[in-house]
Amino acid sequence: MMLEVAVQHRFGAFALDVAFAAGPGVTALIGPSGAGKSTVLGVVAGLVRANAGEVRFDGRVLQGAGVFVPMHQRRMGVVFQEARLFPHLSVAQNLGYGARMLGIAADVAGVAASLGIAHLLARRPRDLSGGERQRVALGRALLAQPRMLLMDEPLAALDAARKAEILPLIAGIKDVPILYVTHSAAEVEALADRVVRMEEGRVI
Amino acid sequence: MSDWLTAGEWVALWLSLKVAFWATLCSLPFGLLVGHALARWSFPGKGLLNALVLLPLILPPVVTGYLLLVTFGRNGVVGGWLYQVTGFTFAFQWMGAALAAAVMAFPLMVRAIRLSIEAVDRKIEDAAGTLGASPLRVWWTVTLPLALPGVLAGAVLAFAKAMGEFGATITFVASIPGQTQTVPTAIYEALQVPGGETAALRLVAVSVAVAVVAVLASEWLSLRVARRVRGA
Repeated sequence: MMLEVAVQHRFGAFALDVAFAAGPGVTALIGPSGAGKSTVLGVVAGLVRANAGEVRFDGRVLQGAGVFVPMHQRRMGVVFQEARLFPHLSVAQNLGYGARMLGIAADVAGVAASLGIAHLLARRPRDLSGGERQRVALGRALLAQPRMLLMDEPLAALDAARKAEILPLIAGIKDVPILYVTHSAAEVEALADRVVRMEEGRVI
Repeated sequence: MSDWLTAGEWVALWLSLKVAFWATLCSLPFGLLVGHALARWSFPGKGLLNALVLLPLILPPVVTGYLLLVTFGRNGVVGGWLYQVTGFTFAFQWMGAALAAAVMAFPLMVRAIRLSIEAVDRKIEDAAGTLGASPLRVWWTVTLPLALPGVLAGAVLAFAKAMGEFGATITFVASIPGQTQTVPTAIYEALQVPGGETAALRLVAVSVAVAVVAVLASEWLSLRVARRVRGA
């Protein structure tokens, strides 16, 4: 399982020019705000189409010369900083959404139990705390059986206690490679197998 | 049949409801498509499409009616061809009244739908895309449910507008009792006859009652749907 990224992208005055590879385990993409970390994540997820360059996963070109695989065909599970749950669906329906779209089986109850949210299945996102929302977002991404998990500062909006609860859950994900964007040294130390440092749109 | 309206007035009321219902139902798919296009897509001629959609709101209704006549009348550009090929014509038919009502109500429907789609957080749609939903399925499972209160409000607004449509209808399909005479045109006809004020007043009362019921129903429906969407 290998992700290879070598892309250039420009919007306004900001120029992104990065090249790195991420294998099994957790690859942390770290750097200050505005370094372009989330843009890189967006490029890998298919949310952003880079001006030039190539993104490959396991040898398959996701973006390259004349190729752009749309996000819904990439099977990249994304956990955003602000959870982005579907407000009109229950927790159970949120969890099962990806599997439903992909026509695959989903053990909603099992994953909910492992994330400590089994008692929340009938609730709506608005009735959840920030930590609960992030657990649901994590479970939702996992249940879509992604080839890779892309996590964009998933703990940044949570207090220390909630972070401490969720970090071990992320650390426990062993069978899916993770690209983890953060600017927290503590999260890098707790999770990362390798680190890619970015600054002003470049890998340093 | 109740005796507080004459048989002819019942027919006009029934026809108005039928015209407004079909005008709303048939224009809704187009309203969704155009509302979505204006809210989300960038394409050449977008400003022109927006202007065309708004045109019936700005033009005098009689002008819209006349344009419908020269386009969809039996000798019209489209209507003539349609009549030759299928034998069908909108002219002096209740379906013509429905077409006129749909065209006049379309700007209101599109505006409500456009605003409600613009209000849907695109980040949530992106999240659905990353979970394997194609753009069409994102629209069906996320965008439409979240925009539904606005879509319903637009549909009810269009229905109310269609119920009250007068100028374009009378120009395009005239006011033939039992065929194209809706409540507004029946009121107008009643006022042209000496002593017709009582009949006009009865129809005015009916119009007000239908409008109040429609507004109350729309408020209730929008509130229920909005609660469901927000997850209350």
